[in-house]
Amino acid sequence: MSPGAGVATAPVRRVLAGVRWYARQLSGESKWDDYLERCAREGRTPMTRRQFERHRDDHREQGTQGRCC
Amino acid sequence: MTTDTSARPSGGASPDAPRTRMSPLQMAVWGGIAVVGAISWAMLALSRGEDVSALWILFAALASYVIAYRFYSKFIAGRVLRLDDRRATPAERLADGTDFEVTDRRVLYGHHFAAIAGAGPLVGPVLAAQMGYLPGTIWIIVGVIFAGAVQDMVVMFFSMRRDAKSLGQMIREEIGTVGGIAALIAVYAIMIILLAVLALVVVNAMAESPWSVFSIGLTIPIALFMGFYLRYLRPGRVMEVTGIGVVLLLLAIIGGGWVDGSGLAEPLTLSPETLTIALVVYGFVASILPVWMLLTPRDYLSTFMKIGVIVLLAVGLILAAPVLQTQAVTDFAVEGTGPVFAGKLFPFLFITIACGALSGFHALISSGTTPKMLAKESHVRMVGYGGMLMESFVAISALIAACVIDQGLYFAMNSPAGVTGGTVEGASEFVSTLGFTITPDQLAAASASVEEELVSRTGGAPTLAFGISLIFSEAFGGGLSAFWYHFAIMFEALFILTAVDAGTRVGRFMLQDTIGNVWPKFGDTSWKPAAWGASAITVGAWGYMLYVGVTDPLGGINQLFPLFGIANQLLAAIALTLAVTLFCKHGWWKYVWVPAVPLAWDLVVTLTASYQKVFSDNPAIGYFAQADRYRAAREAGDVLAPATDLDQMGTVITNSTVNGILQASFALLVLVIVANAAVIWVRAARAGVLPTTEVDATPSEIVAPKDFIATKEEKAAVAEWERERVRS
Repeated sequence: MSPGAGVATAPVRRVLAGVRWYARQLSGESKWDDYLERCAREGRTPMTRRQFERHRDDHREQGTQGRCC
Repeated sequence: MTTDTSARPSGGASPDAPRTRMSPLQMAVWGGIAVVGAISWAMLALSRGEDVSALWILFAALASYVIAYRFYSKFIAGRVLRLDDRRATPAERLADGTDFEVTDRRVLYGHHFAAIAGAGPLVGPVLAAQMGYLPGTIWIIVGVIFAGAVQDMVVMFFSMRRDAKSLGQMIREEIGTVGGIAALIAVYAIMIILLAVLALVVVNAMAESPWSVFSIGLTIPIALFMGFYLRYLRPGRVMEVTGIGVVLLLLAIIGGGWVDGSGLAEPLTLSPETLTIALVVYGFVASILPVWMLLTPRDYLSTFMKIGVIVLLAVGLILAAPVLQTQAVTDFAVEGTGPVFAGKLFPFLFITIACGALSGFHALISSGTTPKMLAKESHVRMVGYGGMLMESFVAISALIAACVIDQGLYFAMNSPAGVTGGTVEGASEFVSTLGFTITPDQLAAASASVEEELVSRTGGAPTLAFGISLIFSEAFGGGLSAFWYHFAIMFEALFILTAVDAGTRVGRFMLQDTIGNVWPKFGDTSWKPAAWGASAITVGAWGYMLYVGVTDPLGGINQLFPLFGIANQLLAAIALTLAVTLFCKHGWWKYVWVPAVPLAWDLVVTLTASYQKVFSDNPAIGYFAQADRYRAAREAGDVLAPATDLDQMGTVITNSTVNGILQASFALLVLVIVANAAVIWVRAARAGVLPTTEVDATPSEIVAPKDFIATKEEKAAVAEWERERVRS
């Protein structure tokens, strides 16, 4: 959950790890990691990444994401 | 270390908890910030006729934002709304892994900011710079603190307490059916105007500019490439493909420079009319294509560009430390005769700078979308209030960029072609009648520096791009003015095209949903004829308004921008009316002024502006007076400048009449909603309190820090909670 967990060496590396964590979270790329983690916890076999992303695409198709002026 | 569950600092903070005292160090820091803010404001307000650094605007803004966030938003969170972290949020209660999902507060802040900020806060302040730097600065900062950020935060709170319902649903349930229907129509109509005006800004920036057409046009294949890459080549690798996309974008900008001097320049020199058709076709296709192909990848690009450019602009401003070229307050503010848009400071400044100070559109994001992802109630303060402060900062940066441009050049760029004749000589002559001087040679030199014609490039985007190019060239070394100019144009166009894609889709869903009430089949979003039909209606509506703007001999921006600004502020009035209604129904009479004061101000501003736009007998302001003037002239067989023939006379008459009717309808719809709400206010005042649709409290299990930076205690509590969760 926390940014840069495990990378406690140089402050620069910590900042970079934080930026990477943030960008992956913001773009939703980390959703796959969360899913794998959840499957492992619940003892389920995860679907492939392709199937997973396809599923997310299909869901996005039904929703509207508003964008402002 | 063990933490008692009932006394967890983050999970169990009750609204009644005793207030913590500030330490002497904290007092010194806040005192220091207050002093910096006060000095900056004094420099801005008291300097007359000497060089004023733009950094004073920046510091005045930043100091005011931090103080407002620390004190006013905390007051609203604790005393007024009584945010309660013991209550579970919709994201926790209704978690479904897709829409409703507990999200890290900092990530949600980014999502919310990306959703609310677009081209609006970049355009309005640039146009408002015709009144000087001071009025715009004051309104952007004071407006956001007491109106804009309050609206976003309060609407987000009420939606969060109602299972993340949308603004429209809340109005129907809390105010009444009449208000609900009026709100539905108003939101759709206002969205159409918004899309038309944003599209007009892009068209004006791309017209007759092969460089812009090339680089902005290439964003479509770049987005398509990203879409296919994510779908088939490497699913899910968003960061990787966004990196590739950004590199391709930069190459597209550089490539545009080559195209500009090559044989491709001529076929890519497009008229505004051609671009209008292209944009309408694009908007229709984009809204019916699967979202993974175009919309999603474009969204990644624009989100990361948005954040990157804003950081770059802040750094650039500090490095360049430019001097303001504008007067504090120009004569146009008092006389209302400015060429960029007509009308006096009151009320027209407050509708020109809409986004950045108070934006009704945010209420659509603050209800529905964002509340589904809030982890804790306390995050409403950070995401709602804090997110809007960031948007306001974008507006301040845009205002600075417009105010560091030479005034002669500013007016040469922003006066309609009807008065400048579109030539450097004509522009130089016209600008001198305004009391500014710029020679044709100086204008030509400015054009050459960015390799783009600059006379009468209205719409705000070219002006902002020129200002950004000045600042970046100064900050990061020279020789790249033309690159930075087109970089800034691309940046704005990217926002706007994303808004056009997404807005058309939202409009399509709204229309399908509404018509679906009478004809259920039409509401099925997967039924192609309905999807295509609703898309076509939406695109047709904004496309028509765009065409009206493009062909208007009087200049589309100065005709349509007031309509857009008033529409946006009327939507804010609708959102604030809902907020006041809910305060009354909850019986929070002591604090009802928190949304009521901005509502009263907003109604005074927008209804005055609407009244003037409809009833003013000054043809420069009143739409109908304008139509009458041209009609009378046509009947007498005269052709009035800037129209050049009878056809153009007809265009002016039709356009002004359409604009006037739209203007009047918007104001009427808002009056209907306010009248309906007033009935509820009276009823609530008699009863003291009325039942609302707020859902009952459910205890929250989640532990998370409250604010941007977690305290030591909060970190410990989160760690403890995560250990517990793993164990169970």
